Amino acid sequence: MRTRRAFPIAAILTVAAVLSAAFTLSSCGAREGASAPKPEGYRWRIGIVFDIGGKDDRSFNQSAYEGLKRLAADFRGRIADDPEGGDHGDEVELRWLESKLEGADREQLLRSLADQGYDLVFGVGFLFADSIFRVANDYPRTTFVLIDGNIPDLDEGSNLICVSFAEEEGSFLAGVLAALLVEADSDPKVGFLGGMDMTLIRKFDAGFHAGAAYASPVMRQQGRVLSAYIGKDGSAFNDPGRASILAESMYAAGAGVIYHAAGASGAGLFSTAARLGKRAIGVDSDQGLAYASSADPAERDASRFILSSMLKRVDNAVYALSEELMRRGSIEGGYRVFGLADGGVALARNDANAEALAPYDEKLESIARRIVAGEIRVPFDMESLEDFLEELRR
Amino acid sequence: MTKAKNDKLVLSLVATGLGFLLGAIVIIGTGKNPFIMLNAMVFGTTGINIAKGIFNARYIGEFFIQAMPIILTGLSVGFAFRTGLFNIGAEGQVLVGGLAATIIGLGVRAPSIVHVPMIILGAMLAGALWGALPGFLKARYNVHEVVVTIMMNYIGLHLNNHIVRNIIGTTDGVKTAVFPKTAMLSSEFLAGVTNGSRLNWGIVPTVLAVFVFWFLIEKTTFGFGLRAVGFNKEGARYAGMKVERNVMTSMAIAGAFAGLAGAVMAIGTFGFGRTLPAAEGYGFDGIAVALVGGNAAFGIMLSGLLFGMLKAAAPLMQSAGIPKEIGSIIQASIVVFVAMKYGLEKLLVLMGRKSREPVEGSAV
Repeated sequence: MRTRRAFPIAAILTVAAVLSAAFTLSSCGAREGASAPKPEGYRWRIGIVFDIGGKDDRSFNQSAYEGLKRLAADFRGRIADDPEGGDHGDEVELRWLESKLEGADREQLLRSLADQGYDLVFGVGFLFADSIFRVANDYPRTTFVLIDGNIPDLDEGSNLICVSFAEEEGSFLAGVLAALLVEADSDPKVGFLGGMDMTLIRKFDAGFHAGAAYASPVMRQQGRVLSAYIGKDGSAFNDPGRASILAESMYAAGAGVIYHAAGASGAGLFSTAARLGKRAIGVDSDQGLAYASSADPAERDASRFILSSMLKRVDNAVYALSEELMRRGSIEGGYRVFGLADGGVALARNDANAEALAPYDEKLESIARRIVAGEIRVPFDMESLEDFLEELRR
Repeated sequence: MTKAKNDKLVLSLVATGLGFLLGAIVIIGTGKNPFIMLNAMVFGTTGINIAKGIFNARYIGEFFIQAMPIILTGLSVGFAFRTGLFNIGAEGQVLVGGLAATIIGLGVRAPSIVHVPMIILGAMLAGALWGALPGFLKARYNVHEVVVTIMMNYIGLHLNNHIVRNIIGTTDGVKTAVFPKTAMLSSEFLAGVTNGSRLNWGIVPTVLAVFVFWFLIEKTTFGFGLRAVGFNKEGARYAGMKVERNVMTSMAIAGAFAGLAGAVMAIGTFGFGRTLPAAEGYGFDGIAVALVGGNAAFGIMLSGLLFGMLKAAAPLMQSAGIPKEIGSIIQASIVVFVAMKYGLEKLLVLMGRKSREPVEGSAV
């Protein structure tokens, strides 16, 4: 009996001994590194929780990360536990966290940052809406920012900010680009492919249509700017098959370029464009660049047909809000719209499309300046689009 | 406690210790202090932050939220294993259970006292069917249940996504409308005690399931029959047991445990139906939980709590600068150490002999 008992106890003791040895060893290591400042030494602490896709998603998350890197460089900060992020000083601690594949731990990650007393915490993407709202209620001293999502009933006193982007302004530029590209055609037409038929996507549609009409008088005629929507519910954003059919019929109807605002359905547009040798314009992130570096050869091939994309510059939003907090010492809650004026939207430029865009650069820039100056009032729904077209035709 | 049980417990404890040790070594390798891990584990389970001296009861609640589904999938895998079957399909059974809960939750109007049991039973039934089918194929046509259950996981995932998206309808492409209050397991009381966590009455069916597992397997003739099939199929057949029927029933019961996990998450943790880009891994966690828990009811509960602790601590570790993969490394290495049973046993015996030799000498 005694012998049998001896063996588990001995084993457990050994394990415990080794474990405690490991702890002692490492705490020595930690003491050596004590010259590093304590977290309390930072003036500001800013955190970001990325959504599905992670830091290197070539989309919103990655853009947000670029914003962090610029903050580190400009405000003498460092990105914690990320040697690649750059180390520029002890003023600001920046930290990013990645949610798991399915994003089930969004709320815990937001909480863990708030628990550590972070001043500003970003959630990248509308899927954070529920969790960020709950967490914001529990941590009044931290300001939370929801990127590209909407939570109703916020005011200046809220510790929650919803960031949206003036999609109609970026889409206007996409419309200008599309119209200029097909200007020389005998029967020029351009197309818009929307995901779900809803107010938000109509903003893209209206802006695109207006931009095309503004840039090229022929586009002011009826039936020059085609428009199609994939569906009436959320699945329209994830239906490449239907997108492909609609794109094909629009190209067949004579559209030289199609711009999409259809989320993941956009893949159907790009594959169709590549198959027919037609041109397309992407949305949200630099989709041409993402396709060019894809592992799938078919996508790499299709990247040649993606002329540009209407970017939502999450990096600029992250930077601007963080800057506001650090310069003013506090930040108001509520709603922020980032448009052309504050670099919130833009057309994507990269090494691959620079040459193709070069002839139109001047025109695009002058139109962008006029939008920023308020000389062009970009329509944001079908009604204001009608007024805008009326004005142009006069 | 019998010797076999004692050894099993020791083996699991040693494997766990070694897993944590390996995790600590990896953390040291990344230049961090493993104390952060320890602190995250303690903070994530008890709500006490040693390093900062703060207490937040929410973490206790969230810890149970993490542990509940994997205890149930652990029971699912463990139950099938006792009958000599590998249920790799707990994942899919969880998903169809959650789907059934969503359908009944949104589609039926009833007072809470009817609605909640209806949802739970419906989800268990859905899971049972999802488990029974591979069981049937195994019993009738000798198709290996591992292959079928793995494939059924994918069918379950996409069936769930299709039905939620196209038939039930979503508000934003990823989740359904919120269930009516009558469908929910949520509890103001439990949330209140744990500082507003998502803790809910799901702990009741979870604990009941542990007892049902124990009772069925250890205390009934039926359970004895199942175990007999697990020990020796041909022997059981020779003894006049209906092996085929036992295989199917065992898989169905295993599926019911996993289906319950789906219900507990749908009407307890979340409160709405969801579409998922990929499986969430509860079924695979269940395999680890069952293995470490020695396929016994209370062992599974304990190992479910252990793995729940790792899950609860992962976000805390990440925000303290420890890679989020460390939790998975520890979890995986615990499983590997348990799987290296014979090697470990040898090692333990060797260590035991050394330490007791002088003792024995003096006793003689």
